[in-house]
Amino acid sequence: MNIYGAISSNKWKTWITMILFVAFITTLIYVMSKALGLSVVGMTGLALFLSGIMSIGSFYFSDKMVLATTGAKQITKNDFPNYYRTVENLSIAAGLPMPKVYVVNDLSPNAFATGRDPKHAVVAATTGLLNILNDAELEGVIAHELSHIKNYDIRLAGVLAILVGFVVIISDMFLRVSFFRSFGDNKNNAPLLIISLILAILSPIAASLIQLAVSRKREFLADASGALLTRYPEGLASALEKLAQDHTPPKSASNATAHLFIENPFDNKKVKNMFTGLFNTHPPMEERIKILRNM
Amino acid sequence: MNTTLIIALVVIGGILVFLWYIYNTLISARLRVKEAFSQIDVQLKRRTDLIPNLVETVKGYAKHEKGVFEKVTELRSSLMHAQNPEKKAEVNNQITEALKSLFAVAENYPDLKASDNFKELQQELEDTENKIAYSRQFYNSVVLDYNTKLQVFPNVIFAKILSFKPEQFFGTTEEEKKPVKVSF
Repeated sequence: MNIYGAISSNKWKTWITMILFVAFITTLIYVMSKALGLSVVGMTGLALFLSGIMSIGSFYFSDKMVLATTGAKQITKNDFPNYYRTVENLSIAAGLPMPKVYVVNDLSPNAFATGRDPKHAVVAATTGLLNILNDAELEGVIAHELSHIKNYDIRLAGVLAILVGFVVIISDMFLRVSFFRSFGDNKNNAPLLIISLILAILSPIAASLIQLAVSRKREFLADASGALLTRYPEGLASALEKLAQDHTPPKSASNATAHLFIENPFDNKKVKNMFTGLFNTHPPMEERIKILRNM
Repeated sequence: MNTTLIIALVVIGGILVFLWYIYNTLISARLRVKEAFSQIDVQLKRRTDLIPNLVETVKGYAKHEKGVFEKVTELRSSLMHAQNPEKKAEVNNQITEALKSLFAVAENYPDLKASDNFKELQQELEDTENKIAYSRQFYNSVVLDYNTKLQVFPNVIFAKILSFKPEQFFGTTEEEKKPVKVSF
């Protein structure tokens, strides 16, 4: 598959996943409100309101929170001229406004991008990354991060967080309400009630799995659009190879910020099966490298 | 009779909305081309600003290389007066060549090569050249996008009627177009 094919296929997959997600939520609300005998509109409204408030806050402040938890520092051209110029050049090539450039003082090589839109974007790299990569590899990594910005992945992640929060809240609401209500009242609804109970327990997990699946698709997309930017997929491929070989433990990443980084900071090589694959924020490194080398 | 009229109105209305949509798509694509070109212009401007400094610095060490200075200065002013993208691309490529010979001249003057001012200017110019290349890449991708929109069906019909014209790519030098020669 060439670069253009990879880009459009990943965009399509994101759309299909999002449509399935919305369909999933609609079904969930319908079944649960039927089981409880509540109005669909009221339940939807309340859950949307609650998850909306939580997510709008995180949407506006998430970048500051991320930068604070990772300990990233903003830099100027004179601090890291090569790194700064690379960001400058590639944002010209991508047609993006110049993002703020940050460095994390951490020997474990990694990079991430954050910010709610291209005008408020931040690119950050660890000192470890800047140490081990050559120019072409650094270009590849920066192009990948800028692609996340250009593709509005940070916004998409925000929307996904709203949807997942929504599912969690609605399941929680159902469990609480059905717990306090006497079950004897609606005998004719018993099977529906049991189905709803199972749904209420499993849905939050399912929603998180969908969220992670989208996150992985966006990684592939950023790899492909990054390659289109540098016209040199090998740069990113060899950078990813270096990242995969490096085992310096990260000190700046936590489970909460893992999905932001270019490489999963908690990659555990020993545990590898279908099931753990589902819970990863990133696709496997070997697969990403293989796809890049075939472009 | 009435239903035929309604159907006719709906069809005409639909066509009008469709035309409106196509027109706006083409206009915004064309504006993006202009915007992308202004990015190249920013870098070209930076280059023309750096050249006099460079010429002065080199002159201080290598007075006798008049021919090179004149060539660079002349090209610089013709770049400043160039109007259309095509001409700008052409002159800009000539400047790249002329600067190459200027830097080749500098090779013969060790004092010049060692001067901090010269080193800094050389680095700045190199950076600008890279940035011209990157903004050119973006410009060309935007032009490609616009030109494609002009040529796909059904846009091609309306583009002709509304006299939208394809935009020119920002050219590369003849040398860059040649395949890279590798000798072992």
